[in-house]
Amino acid sequence: MRYAMAVDTKKCVGCSDCVVACQTENNVPHGFCREWVVETMNGTYPQLEIEIRSERCNHCINAPCVRCCPTGASHFAEGGIVLVEHNKCIGCGACMASCPYDARYPHPDGYVDKCTFCFHRIKIGLAPACAAVCPTKCIYFGDLDDPNSDVSVVLKKRKSKTLIPEAGTKPQLYFLI
Amino acid sequence: MTNRRQFIKISIAGAGAMTLGAGALKAMEWISKPENSGKITVDLKRTPTYCEVCFWKCAGWVYKTSEGKIWKIIGNDEDQHCNGRFCPRGTGGVGMYYDEDRLKTPLIRVKERGKQVFREVSWDEALDYISVKMKEISSKYGPESMALFTHGSGSAYFTNLLKAYGSSNIAEPSYAQCRGPRDEAFLATFGEEVYSPEITDIRDTKCLVLIGAHIGENMHNGQIQEMSDAIDKGVTIITVDPRFSTAAGKSKYWLPIKPSTDIALLLSWIHEIIYNGYYDKNYVEKYCSGFDKLKEHVRDFTPEWAYGITTIKPDLIRKTAKEMANASPAVLIHPGRHVTWYGDDTQRVRAIAILNALLGSWGRRGGFYRPAKFNVPSAKIPKYPEAKKSWTDAFPGKFPIASSPVSNALIDASIPENKPGFLIKGWIVNATNLVSSIPGQANTLKAIQNLDLLVSVDTMPMEITGWADVVLPECTYLERYDMLRISPHRKPAIALRMPAAEPMNSTRSGYNIARGLALKLGLESYFPFEKQEELLDWQLKQSGSSLEEMQRIGVKTNAREADDLYFAENENVSFPTDSGKIELYSKAFEDAGFDPLPKYVAHEEPPEGFYRLIYGRAPMHTFGRTSNNPNLTDLMHENSVWINPKVSKEWGLVNGQYIRLKNQDGILSDFKIKIRVTERIRWDSIYMVHGFGHGQKQLKRCFGKGASDTQLITKVLVDPLMGGTGMRSNFVTFVTEKSEKEVAS
Repeated sequence: MRYAMAVDTKKCVGCSDCVVACQTENNVPHGFCREWVVETMNGTYPQLEIEIRSERCNHCINAPCVRCCPTGASHFAEGGIVLVEHNKCIGCGACMASCPYDARYPHPDGYVDKCTFCFHRIKIGLAPACAAVCPTKCIYFGDLDDPNSDVSVVLKKRKSKTLIPEAGTKPQLYFLI
Repeated sequence: MTNRRQFIKISIAGAGAMTLGAGALKAMEWISKPENSGKITVDLKRTPTYCEVCFWKCAGWVYKTSEGKIWKIIGNDEDQHCNGRFCPRGTGGVGMYYDEDRLKTPLIRVKERGKQVFREVSWDEALDYISVKMKEISSKYGPESMALFTHGSGSAYFTNLLKAYGSSNIAEPSYAQCRGPRDEAFLATFGEEVYSPEITDIRDTKCLVLIGAHIGENMHNGQIQEMSDAIDKGVTIITVDPRFSTAAGKSKYWLPIKPSTDIALLLSWIHEIIYNGYYDKNYVEKYCSGFDKLKEHVRDFTPEWAYGITTIKPDLIRKTAKEMANASPAVLIHPGRHVTWYGDDTQRVRAIAILNALLGSWGRRGGFYRPAKFNVPSAKIPKYPEAKKSWTDAFPGKFPIASSPVSNALIDASIPENKPGFLIKGWIVNATNLVSSIPGQANTLKAIQNLDLLVSVDTMPMEITGWADVVLPECTYLERYDMLRISPHRKPAIALRMPAAEPMNSTRSGYNIARGLALKLGLESYFPFEKQEELLDWQLKQSGSSLEEMQRIGVKTNAREADDLYFAENENVSFPTDSGKIELYSKAFEDAGFDPLPKYVAHEEPPEGFYRLIYGRAPMHTFGRTSNNPNLTDLMHENSVWINPKVSKEWGLVNGQYIRLKNQDGILSDFKIKIRVTERIRWDSIYMVHGFGHGQKQLKRCFGKGASDTQLITKVLVDPLMGGTGMRSNFVTFVTEKSEKEVAS
């Protein structure tokens, strides 16, 4: 099993619904977020292009955060999901420094926190909160080992990319372009 | 003026803060439980609601934690407005409930040691005060001298109250400040408006044309969802906007039009479609009238003619006209929603309606569908007394096409110097921040100084509350019942809103406030049900459901009575216009003394060193009403001013710098706004999101954050047909700290 997520940049409008749905679902304290929206623009008026991306932890196969965690708090869970065990985390921040995507934040309660792909939801068959709420349905989630999962189907059909592939982290967050 | 009304930064006499001490709390206990408070009859893990953060009214579920605290709001899968997916504002609606800056208790303006302050009062005292004043106004000036300005769900109750009292002067800024021109244009053409949610069949359209409509930034949930579905199905989007909007970024064609010239583009499209024979001939012949006059009217409006006005190349005008024709009738020239731009807005939207008619999109798949509405009976109440004077008597002959009262006309009728046919002396303002939602703030404040009574009903200490004589704190939508949502859609449906929690502090629902006032005014027979849930249960039982059922399911959708979402092949359709046809040529407009066919008239251009102020929406905020919401300020806490790099270079301005804006009338923004240098805006315009730059200190999170576009909109182009306030008529320049100092010295 290999969980992955694909975000359709052609449909995403950057409304940040994913951000706030994640915050309420996971009780993320105000002022912090587990996901965020990036907009990049190219060209000069009126020849312009924008790409809008809903970003979060890339749940890398070769995750530097897991490798550098001194206590084993950062670990791989079922399906390759990268999780932080709050009780084991000492808040040293090594993982934050090692992450090329800046996907982690220091929770005021003293541990490092980040996207879990809503592990508590997917365990009971629900989609991650961001994918469930997105008004444009631009977030696809599922098991890459299952050729019929939403994410497998859409990745087969569409051109996609990952962010900072040169870091060699083998990210599992794809962007449809 | 002896008793001039001063703006009060909401705080309480003596205590000086909203937070109440333990002693005060005790004293407050007796008023903290309104006698009619919506008691929760069932204990559910999730309770149904429909959202009140904007007008789309998506139905959803409020989930609570195991401790019974409101946790999250999720869309109801059965709801056609949202299909189980709330937008960021709806998801962040919990912040409206938890906002610690909420109004907490009724307040009355009193004078203490020469200073006007608010005194905390009981509900009984507040309602007594209002009813005495309302009776005085009625006997001195007549009941029509009371006006209501209102928005949202509470409108139903206060409208009922005012009509029972004897006044029909009830205005929603959503008409003359927003969608009014659109409604009138479609009424004049098709005999029908486009409703809310709009009956736009975006999900099945092959070509979506957006004229300044920024779907994706305006977060009209169902439309965004359908636009996204249409993108999946390969829709062609054509966006006309001086700004590279999010929608423009999804478009095959972006037409970066010179602002204020849209009518010229629309006329040249009509020209192309008629003279190339692109129009739906059977449809036009069968359903439309006035085609020959239209054809003659647009004869000279070639793409070359339009190029000189709009700066859009003739080739692009031709190509896009062809794209529309290829998709016809599954083509949708979107009617827009906030369309009060240049004062000729009804005529501009008429051109949009005409274009849709020519392409046969009205009543067709991928164009406009026929809505269906759930039938819910109203409570039996006595006949309203006849209102002797309506808003049209204030200024006879003005705005003859307006089918709803014009808010700005009611404001003007509150100012004696305008010599209105009758003078308005009292306002109830419900859930609309009038000083921010109506352009021309100085005029609104002048009107306020002439009032004998100003009552403000709100959940938050918005600026308007600072001018009120009495402030009535309403509970949020998460703490109350409201009327059933019965908006028409593809299938007839109803949605229930019920409280997920008891009203916080000493707040009350709009229903209870209006009914409480009715009791004091001897008008209780107009509110026959003591509790709103009794009314709802009665209504629901008449319609084949019950309150108990709706509390469990939230949304009830019925099948359509007939398979008539679209016109059948060659169906004989009688349109509710005077002629029974789609009126390409408007006899009604002609008879009222207006152009029966839209004309392009040039508008004023920005003077040297000034830029047209264009404003719009951000997907995570609704007007100015969400600016203090803790969840939504987390996503966006200030607006920025978009400036083209050419302009910023000329002025030496840099990204991230804070400046003030000054308009053509010398009005300087109260607060500074952050610069966003971006290619996404034309060099002759600047852009900012509406709803920021709040000046009410009690709104702690948003006070002084960003600049207010309303403050800078002092020149208003009023639509002579229906009174709409055109607001894209203002020009601004930049004031940096350096230039401020230079002016000072």
